[in-house]
Amino acid sequence: MSIGLTHYLLLSAILFSISVAGIFINRKNVIVLLMCIELMVLAVNFNFIAFSHYLGDLSGQIFVFFILTVAAAESAIGLAILILLFRNRSSINVEDMDGMRG
Amino acid sequence: MFQDILFYWIAFVVVVAALGVISARNPIHSVMFLVLAFVSSAVLWMLLEAEFLAIVLVLVYVGAVMVLFLFVVMMLDINIQRLREGLTRYAPLGIGVALVVILEIAHVVWFKAQGFSLGVAPEPAPADYSNTEALGAVLYTEYVYPLELAAVLLLVAIIAAIALTMRRRPGLKKQDIAKQIAVRAEDRVRLVKMKTEKDQ
Repeated sequence: MSIGLTHYLLLSAILFSISVAGIFINRKNVIVLLMCIELMVLAVNFNFIAFSHYLGDLSGQIFVFFILTVAAAESAIGLAILILLFRNRSSINVEDMDGMRG
Repeated sequence: MFQDILFYWIAFVVVVAALGVISARNPIHSVMFLVLAFVSSAVLWMLLEAEFLAIVLVLVYVGAVMVLFLFVVMMLDINIQRLREGLTRYAPLGIGVALVVILEIAHVVWFKAQGFSLGVAPEPAPADYSNTEALGAVLYTEYVYPLELAAVLLLVAIIAAIALTMRRRPGLKKQDIAKQIAVRAEDRVRLVKMKTEKDQ
């Protein structure tokens, strides 16, 4: 059986669920949480590109282009917030961030 | 046949790297595994004939975003021991949720997609076909408005990141231009009238 759309979709499903598990496992470390989100975005991009290839439509790749832009902006701001948090609290533990009593 | 072997091998590397990201003890190892995952994904995107995005993934993502992650990880002095507490407590829950997600997606992809003829790969593009050119032709005509929005978004992100991390230290000597312009001669120079002193 040659490689088809199903293989790529399953690979991206595996990637996505690994990052979901990562969010559960590393729920205290904000940096690893951000990395898990990056992995999730990668899995979604896989879907877009696979569908774009197998449907012969370039719009999927354009979407990935924009997703990459937004993800880069997101991680830049996320890391800036992280640095600010570390400067004020000297910790990146999620459990120390209870200032709002949530 | 060669492409099949390549796909399975690279997909295996991607999955192992993703597992490394979530299970590495040291955050720097996590970043390195993430770089590996991104680079191998770029290879897979090449197989899917998305050459431009594969290059962008390596240049922008590995070259800029991951280096940013590395800088932040190395800048922060993190107590890893405290962060690792309770790791095993939530591992079964995480693995359970991941299994449910993967079973659901596999169910949809594998069983519900029968008769949905997308399994055949399309003809590979001819040698003189340029993926970058085709993307640009669509991006700058049909999607020019979203492109400008993305540019504005990046600008906002730059300003936000700088404004968030800028530190105002107390006691810093700096110029206040408005104050300097608004100053008058009377504020600076005081003319004092006094008698001439005589020699005794």
